[in-house]
Amino acid sequence: MKAFDLVQARTVQEAAGLLPVDPADKSAMLLAGGQDLLTELKEHLAEPDRLVNLKGIPGLDAMTWEADGTLVIGAMVTVQDLEEHTRVRETLTALHEAAASVGSPQIRSVGTVGGNLNQRPRCWYFRSEEAHCLKKGGTHCYAAVGKNRYNAILGGFPSYIVHPSDLATALVALEAEVTLVSPSGERTLKLDDYFTLPREGSYQRETVRLPNEVMTSVRVPAPPAGMRSTFLKMQERESYDWALSAVALCLWMDGSRISDARLVLGGVAPKPWRCASTEALLQGRSPTTEATARAAGADALKDARALSDNGYKIPLTQGLLRRALQKLGA
Amino acid sequence: MRILRFRLNGDDVEIAAPDHWTLLEILRYRAGLTGTKQGCDKGDCGACTLHLDGRSVLSCITLAADADGRDVTTIEGLVSASGPDVVQDCFDEAGCLQCGFCQPGMIMASRQLVTENPAATRAEIKAALAGNLCRCTGYTKIYEAVENACRRTREGGGAAAAGVTRAAEDGADG
Ligand SMILES: Cc1cc2nc3c(=O)[nH]c(=O)nc-3n(C[C@H](O)[C@H](O)[C@H](O)COP(=O)(O)OP(=O)(O)OC[C@H]3O[C@@H](n4cnc5c(N)ncnc54)[C@H](O)[C@@H]3O)c2cc1C
Ligand code: FES
Ligand code: FES
Repeated sequence: MKAFDLVQARTVQEAAGLLPVDPADKSAMLLAGGQDLLTELKEHLAEPDRLVNLKGIPGLDAMTWEADGTLVIGAMVTVQDLEEHTRVRETLTALHEAAASVGSPQIRSVGTVGGNLNQRPRCWYFRSEEAHCLKKGGTHCYAAVGKNRYNAILGGFPSYIVHPSDLATALVALEAEVTLVSPSGERTLKLDDYFTLPREGSYQRETVRLPNEVMTSVRVPAPPAGMRSTFLKMQERESYDWALSAVALCLWMDGSRISDARLVLGGVAPKPWRCASTEALLQGRSPTTEATARAAGADALKDARALSDNGYKIPLTQGLLRRALQKLGA
Repeated sequence: MRILRFRLNGDDVEIAAPDHWTLLEILRYRAGLTGTKQGCDKGDCGACTLHLDGRSVLSCITLAADADGRDVTTIEGLVSASGPDVVQDCFDEAGCLQCGFCQPGMIMASRQLVTENPAATRAEIKAALAGNLCRCTGYTKIYEAVENACRRTREGGGAAAAGVTRAAEDGADG
């Protein structure tokens, strides 16, 4: 790890002011729980001269419910605090389940929501110091023709990373928004629009965050009445792991039929993968029938393109979707 | 370079360290406490687990500066005047190790669980130790050790009773 200075910010404004304006300037970065950042530094993905510490800035670790039922999660709320929050478990089950699935207990107790959404991909070429891949300014995505069993089947070209955040998958399904603060002001955007595909923006980043923006909170709007939701994740190891594939599903029922749905896939694309056409297809169907599972699974993965070693992710994701429909329809 | 002041295993300490050093590094290379292990050094294995204000954290991905003003307990700090901690004793008695490298982290993670939930089920024990890898054993003996520590704690013996067991054993040995 290269030497750096640690600077304690007292306010969000001060933190933002200490960050570079120019995207080419990599001299300073934000530190939250450090559970991803320290691995980024040790793997030389980032070599800043200065870390700006968000810990200790008052107010950023608060979780509040507004009168209309909107949940506002401060960026410094830990994954464990989110997981253990009773009202989240009862009303936003998918978010609770996603938080509970993140890493190990030690990581959840320190890692924050803001850090989870802004963590960097785990693709082994990207994480390997020897591989100067497309995401690090090189010319090739080695996963395209190399060892790619954990890489993307959707939206991958020309870089096949998958977004590692489990919270992101659930939060996009819950139509969350994020607030970003920079020295020139504040903006709020849909979390879905915060993430970008490699072909849409720079290959080197996963979000539209400007270098001097601090994510301060995530807003989860009160879901329309009657929502049931779940987050299901398949991981290679039982103990803890990133998602090979994950499904976040929210359903509203009218009797035994689906009246509305939100579906987002995780672990299969460079950003949380919202399946708008599948949501429409589900309307009016019975969630637990084999016909619904087949039709939804085929539609959700219709654009999937497997690389040499990751074709298994297609049936795996379809299986998770079937289970999610059965669980919520039961 | 900054001077960090914190409680380390019950003592107030002052340690100078560069900003980019981890908590694990200052303990091993400044404080001379090598009980906390450096395994993967990037959050995967749990060998570096210690308690920061009573909660398990991975010291390899925690900056030393995070300890400033706080309470740090390492495996060395579990031993009290009356002997090893009940969790240490139960691990010892279970023989749940081969190389032993995972044990300090495993014991620290278990200690938090036994404190918070001495009625833990096998499933809860597994979940609490999910971040601690052991490459030698098959985990079964480790889970049994934690179950024993939970039982002794529930029965009220805790560290004191475990200390007596140890003294009797040592006497027999020697
Ligand atoms: C072994 C291991 C297993 C893991 N498993 C999982 C898993 O299964 N699922 C999962 O989702 N995650 C997993 N993670 C990632 C972990 O959940 C996240 O690393 C953690 O939540 C990050 O939070 P943090 O506060 O520690 O972020 P940090 O490490 O402090 O920051 C991460 C990144 O986000 C930036 N950042 C932090 N806060 C902000 C902010 N407020 N605004 C803008 N940028 C910010 C930092 O500059 C840095 O680049 C795992 C990590 C490890 C090491
Ligand atoms: S050494 Fe810290 S988790 Fe492996
Ligand atoms: S005893 Fe060797 S790693 Fe656990």
